Amino acid sequence: MTDAPILALDDARISYSTRAGEVNVIPGLSFTVSRGEAMGLVGESGCGKSTVALAIVRYLGRNGRLVGGRILFEGKDVAAMGVSELRLVRGRRIAMVYQDPMASLNPVMTVGRQLMEVPMLHEGLREAAARDRAIRMLDEVKLPDPERVLGRYPHQLSGGQQQRIVIAMALIAEPALLIMDEPTTGLDVTVEAAVLDLVRELRRRHDTSILFISHNLGTVVRVCDRVGVMYGGELVEEGSIRQVFGNPRHPYTRGLLDCLPSVGRDKRRAPLVPIAGQVSSALVRPVGCGFAARCPHVEPGPCTTGTIATVAISAEPEHRVRCVRAAQLARWERRSAASPDTAGPSAAAPAVTVADLHKLYRPRARIFGSSRAPIRALNGVSLTAARGQTLALVGESGCGKSTLARVLAGLETASEGRVELDGHDVATVPVEGRPLALKRSLQMVFQNPDSTLNPSHTVRYAIGRALRRLRGLSSAEAEPEMLRLLDVVKLPRALAARRPDRLSGGQKQRVAIARALAGDPDVVVADEPVSALDVSVQAAVITLLNEIQSARGATLVFISHDLSVVRYLADRVVVMYLGTVVESGPAEHVFAPPYHPYTEALLSAVPVPDPDAQGSRMILEGPLPSATEITRGCPFSSRCPRRIGPICDETQPPTLELTGGHRIVCHISAGELTHLQGVNAAITR
Amino acid sequence: MRRLGRLGDSTPALIGAGIIASWVAAAVLAPLIAPYPPNATSLVALANPTPSATHWLGTDQLGRDILSRILWGARTVLLIAPIAVLGAAILGSLLGLTAGYYRGAVDLVIARAGDVVLSFPVIILYMIILAHMGSSALNIVAVLTVTKAPIIARIVRGLTLDLREREYVAAAKMRGESGLYIMLAEILPNARGPLIVDMCLRTGYNVVIIGVLGFLGIGLPPPDPDWGGMVKDTYGMMSVWPHMAIFPCIAISSLVIGFNLLAVGLREVGLDD
Repeated sequence: MTDAPILALDDARISYSTRAGEVNVIPGLSFTVSRGEAMGLVGESGCGKSTVALAIVRYLGRNGRLVGGRILFEGKDVAAMGVSELRLVRGRRIAMVYQDPMASLNPVMTVGRQLMEVPMLHEGLREAAARDRAIRMLDEVKLPDPERVLGRYPHQLSGGQQQRIVIAMALIAEPALLIMDEPTTGLDVTVEAAVLDLVRELRRRHDTSILFISHNLGTVVRVCDRVGVMYGGELVEEGSIRQVFGNPRHPYTRGLLDCLPSVGRDKRRAPLVPIAGQVSSALVRPVGCGFAARCPHVEPGPCTTGTIATVAISAEPEHRVRCVRAAQLARWERRSAASPDTAGPSAAAPAVTVADLHKLYRPRARIFGSSRAPIRALNGVSLTAARGQTLALVGESGCGKSTLARVLAGLETASEGRVELDGHDVATVPVEGRPLALKRSLQMVFQNPDSTLNPSHTVRYAIGRALRRLRGLSSAEAEPEMLRLLDVVKLPRALAARRPDRLSGGQKQRVAIARALAGDPDVVVADEPVSALDVSVQAAVITLLNEIQSARGATLVFISHDLSVVRYLADRVVVMYLGTVVESGPAEHVFAPPYHPYTEALLSAVPVPDPDAQGSRMILEGPLPSATEITRGCPFSSRCPRRIGPICDETQPPTLELTGGHRIVCHISAGELTHLQGVNAAITR
Repeated sequence: MRRLGRLGDSTPALIGAGIIASWVAAAVLAPLIAPYPPNATSLVALANPTPSATHWLGTDQLGRDILSRILWGARTVLLIAPIAVLGAAILGSLLGLTAGYYRGAVDLVIARAGDVVLSFPVIILYMIILAHMGSSALNIVAVLTVTKAPIIARIVRGLTLDLREREYVAAAKMRGESGLYIMLAEILPNARGPLIVDMCLRTGYNVVIIGVLGFLGIGLPPPDPDWGGMVKDTYGMMSVWPHMAIFPCIAISSLVIGFNLLAVGLREVGLDD
């Protein structure tokens, strides 16, 4: 690693000209990526990490430009390159992989054409030779049957397969630098784990340098050697993975790690510590440290005047931190309790009981052709949410967890089965047909902060209207209640007059929570309420949900794909796969062996931002089976890494009743599962 | 509405708004600024109808001052075209919201009814209806409203199909709102951007159609000045006195261009998303 770096940023300053004036997005950034090295850039949205990626290949757009400093690629100044030289560098020497694979693939060209185009264009390869290269490359990214994949169109592949194609396209020209901007953000956790493993393996083989950009600290740990933490356009900390995540020195890095839920912590043992305040606008850049306003260790004076120098840690020369107080801070301790935890609250009376729920979507009959098979979104789900507790539904996309939430809320009706709420069976009663008392008793918090609030309505109207409808208050009575609800969700009362376009994602989600609380519900169904939020905001909203739930004694049905969040928040957990429940029980039992093999795979796929916790992983092979098929045996058998034989495909697995109401639906006995999984237990600590 | 404030940054919007504002001013001030009454004939001018110091744009075949008639003619066009668009927008929005929100059979009936209206060649349709009902300002508004409503209904239906799936609509259902409230208070306000752009364009089209109706002789009854009618009465004399037909044509085109430019500007500031 002594030779010249592949990529070097030397005090690069980038600004965008906007209506509000020149915005200095990157006020001066320096770092290098050596040959064969993988460097991670992490930070929350708006910290400028994607801008850096775009600036390297000069894709900033018309209003963005490099106003100072230099960006050197293989020793050459990118800003000074001519058009033809730049064209050669992009694609051949530097390849990029973005978050959404569909945006990088041409939907009207076969995958093979698109792959072959790269060497044919850049290296003048003949078609046959390019085809061989493409097949070899598809083999390397582990797509089964490369010959057939070549002839496919992008929409015929799954999201994970598409991202593999994009990676193959990026690597087929043997680039010196691969820039990956959130490459796994849209993927399910098991698919993400497989893609990250693939990147790590290909990197070794091709000796390609990687600049890996992500908001997810755990994914960076899996792929990178070194990491830079960005805040407000500045690199606040930089060093090897072990240095930065083992003993972070910058208060922001520490804050990020402290507010991250992990499968090793829950709300009773290791509460999350949200970072106070919110990211300030890039328009008003404070003097001194950009993080000072939110920093728990801020010292007025040194921190808030002059420029903050980046200093190396004395014992670790490669570990650099931009903080004047770094040397004075105490050593950081990872917040996780290893002791087996005390039992959660004992079983209480059920608030919602779901029994043998089925939901079929029948595709509309066609005039020509045969009728299509119905989609089985829910296939006999039974569960109970106890009063005053948090029940989490977890599973990958397509497992039916959102459908279940919508049936509970009455936004969809079930095809079969019972949903008991307050003594009524509401499985087939749409919300329009439910009496007011039932509407009041069950309210919902939605996933997407940008669509949960009507952009035309003010916060005052959104919450006030809910109060007037659900509680029958007059406008005059609703006003003080509305302000009180804003207090409950910890929003300043001044926000009442705003419309959603002037709220941040976290604020919008808090308003949505306030709106759901307007009717003083017994049950709150929250469908992925934090999955679209940044980690520090996510921590604050999770903490808020938890506080509200315990203060009001309400039942929270929490739906998430994120096992770390579920582990943190849930009293009871239900793991779903293809519309069925495969495992359920108290959180402390579900998150300890024996697991259902699917739960085990999910857990092992969770990226953990801890360099010491990288154990072996189970990678799920094969695609998710179509939800139209009726499986005779276990629904998971086609992908199960612990499949024991034909019995899995042919016979319904029995339900294993374990201690504390822990249930696993599997052919393998509990003792056998514990034995098999003991080896993997280390990674979930 | 803050986006409307940004219209000032858009050159097309400024030009378009300028043209429209001039015509509105001309229409409002016509009684004050028009040099002659619109239907006053001048025997002197009949001898030489070409533009002169006394008649800036000349006179027509009956010796009426063209400038005065154009200014007075602006009043009817600028009244009928926007009112008809407003009528079509109200009717079309209600139909589109209902079709898009309830879908199914309701959608089918509304969509097919609209298709029936749209399948007629419009000019023929106008001729049939106006010949039957008689030509008056009110009837022209009614005809334009009915024939344009299905187009607006289609646009609003498309927007509604998307907006009805938003989470805030689900939240409204969960607090027991009626379908009417959801359509009018939750969906319609968020469809207004594309709707406003479309209404602006459609006002321009209506100006053209009103001109065409006048040209076909089924516009406003004479002798009230009507741009299309002015062209009809004089285009036969095009080879001798082209100014008689050309000036009303310029009036029509400029107003249409004004509305189109304003629509372009509205789209530029993102009212169309």
